[in-house]
Amino acid sequence: MRLNYPSNVKVVKVPCTGRVDMLLILKAFESGVDGVYVAGCMEGECHYLRGNLRARRRVEQVKKLLDEVGLGGERVEMFNMSASQGQRFAQFAREMTERIRSLGPSPAKKNKEVLP
Amino acid sequence: MKTNSRIEKLLGQGAFVVTSECGPPRGADPEVIRRKGELLRGVVDAVNVTDNQTSVVRMSSLSAAVILKGMGLEPVLQMVCRDRNRIALQSDLLGAGALGISNVLCLSGDHQKFGDHPQAKNVYDIDSIQLIQTVCRMRDEGKFLGGEEIKGKPALFVGAAANPFADPFEIRAARLGKKVKAGCEFVQTQCIYNIERFRRWMEMVRERGLHERCAILAGVTPFKTAGMANYMKKNVPGMDVPDEMISRMKGVPKEKQAEEGIRICVETIAELREIPGVRGIHLMAIEWEDRVAEIVKAAGLLPRPE
Amino acid sequence: MIVGNRKEFGEILEKLGTARRVLVLGCNECVTVCGVGGEREVGVLASELRLYWQKEGQDFAVKEHTLERQCDYEYIDAIRPLTGEYDVILSMACGAGVQYVAEAYKPRLVIPAVNTTFLGVTLEQGVWSERCQGCGSCIVDMTGGVCPIARCAKSLLNGPCGGSSGGKCEIDRDTDCAWQLIVDRLTESGQMERYEEIQPVKDWRTGRDGGPRKRVREDLKL
Repeated sequence: MRLNYPSNVKVVKVPCTGRVDMLLILKAFESGVDGVYVAGCMEGECHYLRGNLRARRRVEQVKKLLDEVGLGGERVEMFNMSASQGQRFAQFAREMTERIRSLGPSPAKKNKEVLP
Repeated sequence: MKTNSRIEKLLGQGAFVVTSECGPPRGADPEVIRRKGELLRGVVDAVNVTDNQTSVVRMSSLSAAVILKGMGLEPVLQMVCRDRNRIALQSDLLGAGALGISNVLCLSGDHQKFGDHPQAKNVYDIDSIQLIQTVCRMRDEGKFLGGEEIKGKPALFVGAAANPFADPFEIRAARLGKKVKAGCEFVQTQCIYNIERFRRWMEMVRERGLHERCAILAGVTPFKTAGMANYMKKNVPGMDVPDEMISRMKGVPKEKQAEEGIRICVETIAELREIPGVRGIHLMAIEWEDRVAEIVKAAGLLPRPE
Repeated sequence: MIVGNRKEFGEILEKLGTARRVLVLGCNECVTVCGVGGEREVGVLASELRLYWQKEGQDFAVKEHTLERQCDYEYIDAIRPLTGEYDVILSMACGAGVQYVAEAYKPRLVIPAVNTTFLGVTLEQGVWSERCQGCGSCIVDMTGGVCPIARCAKSLLNGPCGGSSGGKCEIDRDTDCAWQLIVDRLTESGQMERYEEIQPVKDWRTGRDGGPRKRVREDLKL
């Protein structure tokens, strides 16, 4: 199965989405990304029982933070899929890419920390 | 007699006492109190004056009580522990004594969350049982809580509230016991709709012999509408409204619900009078003072003794 | 432990005003345990500030640092060289920590990022509950190990009031009635006779009402 998905998606592998902390997502935005999505296993099928459920709550929290700082919570999302669902993976990659493209580049790119 | 209280006198004579209630207005107009007072004249033995009930700001209970007193009515000054510390409470007790008030009802008070100033800081320096102790100490020992002697003791007949329907049920009589031990001489109960449960509570009260040391005045409130019955059941904590009551109210057309509410109230009074240890009725006709005379009359409790 | 809530980001921004050189200062004690002002929360707040000012296209410097404690002078003093580089210190400690930092670095502006709420316990991961109001004279031996001052909405020493219903407080159905808990515990431990005793009026002088409190242990002084 050779599926295409948008080349702008950079995959960061984690052992389980339960590893994804809020800070990890925020740091990605600080480094200049336009959007982040977390691709977890199907709910109820977490090898570590509740890793993907925790990840979803954290993503929800990051949405709130991004709304507060004015980047917009829609720049972050949580998707669930199983390892065998390559089609679904590609589909979410396209969906998220389209969403971010319509939102435009992250406004947090304008300036970097410059004061010493 | 410890005081000039009409309630104390009537209870001493073995009369079945009737008290009612008058909520002060949300303004400075004394006529509101006078109008309500006029409706109750000769109909009840004493009138409770509520103290910022449900934590809504109203004319102070002491002022309203003085207005009623001036009309020749017998006020029962309600005092809650929510808004005043022991300094202010004792000061107002002295004031009440000076102004000829003879009855005080000691309450904790509703939490301010329910009122029009939920942002307020509450006080609760002392609680209702400790307030009973305070009044008794001032009256009987002539001493302030701080130990100093009082010159001119306030002669107040001391009452409290009792809720037979709140939880935990098993300690409800024990809690009344603490109030009696603190010096409470009469209690007015929460509105009674579940007579069976009230009977069980009264059994517990009699087992402890509390009815002999403290006069129990059974609380009743007529429903104005089926909606009010439903609201009280669902939204008033510590209120027990059986489903039969609600279906009975719902069973009559809207324009006849008030009459039905009054009929239920009169029937309830008749049943309560039969319960050993019940020494009177406390009729809380909330913003319905104009119907009190009718209810008391229908209950066969008129005329009131001198 | 001392429990708090993070202030809303908008309020923090407003308090910062025009300051753009910010030292976000965490504390490794209570506020770390209750997830409000430890190293991780410092990271999140600092990240929020960076993203916000990046978006606004402004120059800024946000430094993250977490002290072992903000309620001990030695730890606070250790970062003196660092503080010189920033306009404000945004403290994520409890109210005690914020004040001690402010005292140590006056006249530098110290801004609280946390609302200190109560002395409490962890009920479960992510859930905390109030237990103590520091009244200065503990009576929980009388009340089945449940404090009526901290846990009854009216602080009744002789409760429960008439608003106790189904084990819950009248103020809100999610709040346990402290006096229901007390009666349950006294019943379970066969101490219901304690319930019959009237708790006397409390002497509040040992509490906040007696004025700000101070404790001195001569034997511990250096």
